[in-house]
Amino acid sequence: MAAEASSSRPTVDVSPAVRDAELIARILAGELELFHELVRPYEKSLYFAAFSILQNEQDAEDAAQETVLKALKNLGNFRAESKFSTWLISIAVNEARAQLRHARVLKFESVDESPPDEEGGFTPSVISDWREVPLQTLERKELRELLQKAIASLPEIYREVLVLRDVEEFSIAEAATALGVSEGVVKTRLLRARLMMQKILAPQLASKRSGLFGLFRSRAGGSWF
Amino acid sequence: MVLDCKHVWGQISNYIEGDVDPELREAIEKHLAHCRHCAAVLDSTRNILILIADDRTFELPVGYSDRLHARLQEEIVSRE
Repeated sequence: MAAEASSSRPTVDVSPAVRDAELIARILAGELELFHELVRPYEKSLYFAAFSILQNEQDAEDAAQETVLKALKNLGNFRAESKFSTWLISIAVNEARAQLRHARVLKFESVDESPPDEEGGFTPSVISDWREVPLQTLERKELRELLQKAIASLPEIYREVLVLRDVEEFSIAEAATALGVSEGVVKTRLLRARLMMQKILAPQLASKRSGLFGLFRSRAGGSWF
Repeated sequence: MVLDCKHVWGQISNYIEGDVDPELREAIEKHLAHCRHCAAVLDSTRNILILIADDRTFELPVGYSDRLHARLQEEIVSRE
């Protein structure tokens, strides 16, 4: 983090939890301006948590703004048994879900869109010649679009866990707390999410590398057996 | 413990997490050693996770942080 973060005390390495606890105490004592500093390390995570649910930049940004305002308002209710970052992300998740419910009601869509069977079998895409990350053969922009498109294609419950665990690198326990589900549910969804990503992306990335198929000509629906 | 491919796929996520007990880990590794299909599934899944964790994969909208803090500042000023 930039040195600007520190004010009256010498710069020392403190854990995020200690730093957050100190800032929270000072904010609750009246130094509201420090709230900027408190949320700054997590603003990226809360945007992507909201985006994973809403799939729209403007909506995700609105949800992120609402999240920090709600967090400021409710900071006195924060209990230190969870991390501040987890608490903040759980607000973002709830905010984004509320926006999504609202949007669905407006569109007369059912909220219950029959999520896929979480326990059912799943067949990954089997490619036999994967050796290394094909970064060299893909333009960064193409790669980004490919990955974003794949994540966007996942059902919401899988996008959420994948973004929190694999993009934002929350622990399983933190993701479970933020999403309001058990760790077991996070693990089950994570398995499905990761295998779905593999099934969508492995053939595209491998075929791009070998130049045999067009980048977006997905073989995801078919079996590679 | 002898595992078939489907059992291995069902454990791939936990295996990547390092969240399998030693006996199961050994059985998975034994399977991976002779099943190039499952080894490729594991490698490709792992590599995709490396790609999506890369900071360059997901970028914030330009000006997001400024707008967030400007909105927050309005709220702080209105409370003070």
